[in-house]
Amino acid sequence: MQKKSVLVSLLLVLALVLSMVPSASAAPASAGMACAQTYTIAAADWLSKLSDKFYGSILAYWPLMAATNQKNLEDKTFAHIDNADLIDVGWKLCVPSKADAEAFLKTFDPNNPAALFGSGAKGQLVVGSWWTNAGEFAGLNEIFKQYKTQNPDVEIVNATIAGGAGTNFKGQLLTQLIGGKAPDSFQLHAGLEVETYSPGTYVVPVDDIYTSAGFEKVFPKDLLAMLKYKDHYWGVPVNIHRSNVLWYNKTLFAKAGIAAAPATWDEFFATADKLKAAGVAPVALGGKDGFELQHTFEDILAGTLGAEGYKGLWTGKTKWSDAKVTDALNTFKKYISYANADHDALTWAAATQLVIDGKAAMNIMGDWANGQFTAAKSTDYGWASSPGTKGIFVALSDSFALPAKAPNPANAKAWIAQAGSKAAQEAFNPLKGSICARTDCDLSKFNDYLKSSAADWAKDAIVPSVTHGAAATPKWATKGYADAVVLFATSGDVAKAQAALVAAAVDAGFPQ
Amino acid sequence: MSRKPRNWERAVSILLLAPSILALAIFVYAFIGWTGYVSLTRWEGAAPDFTFAGLHSYQRLFLGQGTDAIRFHIDLRNMVGFTLFFLIACLSIGFVLAVLVDQRVRAESFFRSVFLFPMAVSFIVTGVAWRWILTPGDPAIGAVGINLLLEKIGLDSLKSLWFTDPTVKFITPDSPVGQILNQIGLGFLASSDVGYAMALTALVIAATWQLSGYTMALYLAGLRSIPDELREAARMDGANELQVYRHIVIPLLQPITLSAVIILGHISLKIYDLVVSMTGSGPGFATDVPALNMWRTTFDATLFAQGAAIAVILLFLVAVLIIPYLAYNTRAEAQR
Repeated sequence: MQKKSVLVSLLLVLALVLSMVPSASAAPASAGMACAQTYTIAAADWLSKLSDKFYGSILAYWPLMAATNQKNLEDKTFAHIDNADLIDVGWKLCVPSKADAEAFLKTFDPNNPAALFGSGAKGQLVVGSWWTNAGEFAGLNEIFKQYKTQNPDVEIVNATIAGGAGTNFKGQLLTQLIGGKAPDSFQLHAGLEVETYSPGTYVVPVDDIYTSAGFEKVFPKDLLAMLKYKDHYWGVPVNIHRSNVLWYNKTLFAKAGIAAAPATWDEFFATADKLKAAGVAPVALGGKDGFELQHTFEDILAGTLGAEGYKGLWTGKTKWSDAKVTDALNTFKKYISYANADHDALTWAAATQLVIDGKAAMNIMGDWANGQFTAAKSTDYGWASSPGTKGIFVALSDSFALPAKAPNPANAKAWIAQAGSKAAQEAFNPLKGSICARTDCDLSKFNDYLKSSAADWAKDAIVPSVTHGAAATPKWATKGYADAVVLFATSGDVAKAQAALVAAAVDAGFPQ
Repeated sequence: MSRKPRNWERAVSILLLAPSILALAIFVYAFIGWTGYVSLTRWEGAAPDFTFAGLHSYQRLFLGQGTDAIRFHIDLRNMVGFTLFFLIACLSIGFVLAVLVDQRVRAESFFRSVFLFPMAVSFIVTGVAWRWILTPGDPAIGAVGINLLLEKIGLDSLKSLWFTDPTVKFITPDSPVGQILNQIGLGFLASSDVGYAMALTALVIAATWQLSGYTMALYLAGLRSIPDELREAARMDGANELQVYRHIVIPLLQPITLSAVIILGHISLKIYDLVVSMTGSGPGFATDVPALNMWRTTFDATLFAQGAAIAVILLFLVAVLIIPYLAYNTRAEAQR
């Protein structure tokens, strides 16, 4: 028995040492000692001396430690004391009243020191996501671990449903939400995807978490604008992926005598011609999962219209009838003509594999492709922003949202705040292969690609990805825009496609 | 027997049937009605909106100018094309297999099982396997799958783009047939809305592989039920084997054929899992089907009213196939 509780307390201590995460958790239920006063540790203080001073007993330092640790859970200006013998000058202590202290000592059992470390919320935390792949699953578990050390009494339920880009998850979640059953928090592509869940009806804003955790100071301005919908924040982003990346095989580039990645579309097609002349298939393209074409086209739009012009497409400022959209369609048509003929049979991963295997030279895909390059231990691959998008970061982000009917809203809010914290993002993102949404992450644990991406993130113009839920409402992104692109990729009819894109924008409520 | 127990028996039978009747009424027919109702509303986004919109969703699908209508027309074309070729392939292969197995071959049960086994595999598995087999590869990168095999054995001419082939075969308006159709007021038949997308062939192959064994089983049962005397009699009358099949066996198998058409037909009209796992929507929606469109419209685009409208149309089309069969069956039973 004794052994077991020592082990438990050791684990607890260890866990608490590891946790540096601010938590917006609701006030813990237990302990119940209020601070009669606060005290800041001065030189030559030690806890026994202080307990003698406040309570007249050198052995009454337990309540000091318990009350301070309890307070630390909600307010990080208070110290966290792991070891009563190790304190430092400047630590802020919570000093309970003498009556509270005596009451605490009556029930305190030194063999069960868990009470010293405060107790957080209770109950469950149900987190819904589609993170089931090895890397993302491991990353999610890291955040769960951090949450658990903060809230040891909360049972975490990981409600994942597999399926790329959440196709299966979203259908299931919608049914749950409409039926009045909700998880406590769920994964949501940042941006207008929230429209899927009728914001205000099934999900509620998390503005208060932004305020309490100071998120507006640590997320880039462009991202905050992207997250805001109907003047509210609906989720806290955990990570950032980049859509506009051109991946290339360095060996094949060398074989064709190409020195650098193409920066513009003209250079791109010149490069492609050189590769072709050298007997190399220039472009690998996927299409089986029904998002790869739309994904490529959004990067072409961004590269042709520039950051402001591209953003304007989704806010009504840029007309879809613009001549530059025509240019983009022509570029896309030309791009497809350089791609593998069987693109509709390949998934994005299979297309990336062609570049890894040296069977094709270039591929435009989001930066989740980097995980595949590293998993294949490929060393001769390079990356650049897709043609024309230098200085533009086409972003997508996973965030956690708060359902209106979350069964444990306090736990959910603590979780959402946790997801936005520095510690969580630094632990999660290297495993997931994405970068922090925050700009203050320590990059030492990130690989070279992610370091370069994070550098761009801090300085580039950030624009939302439409294919991955950020730029437009689901009906526009997954029907109007998407169907027009699919039809165009086969028909090559520029005028018809542009008319369809215009009609889709009108349909989405942006008169052209 | 006196009347009393009979009444009692009837009461019990109604009582015993009641739960399933009730469950059917709620979970099948009420939900069908609900879907029909939703299709007449303006429900978009997760929050239900029951504002009455009449036939707005249907009009959008059938008569709209947007991509919604284009895609839906393609879906209907694909559904018809797929069903037609799938039925022809399945019935003819199934029949031939049944006739062959019926020749009192050695290890007949072994062959029977071999041909039936694909039916035990789920469409998802079939789809993934056939996708791997039929992925065509690229001339510059190199062929893969069955194209690679064809290349190795020197049958390059048989290589195909399979399910990535966006070609649609249809009667062009300027062809002689097209012009005639135009003159007799059937000009709409000469459009790519009425045609056959070549990419569907791959789906037909996979679905036929899976279900022709089942059709064989149906036909085999039918063949075994034809008394030998009838064939003997025909042979005595001087009919050759071909004539025996042509005039005796096939006509007697007609009820089996009808059942097979109904069973296979409703599977192919509603097909979803095979398409999702094998081809997705395909190039320019060449392998898109209404069920797939319904899922995307409802759950990805959250256009619930329009998704419900597609579901109702799908139900209606399946009903067109099933109801005559049910009526025929009921009549046949009544005659017995």
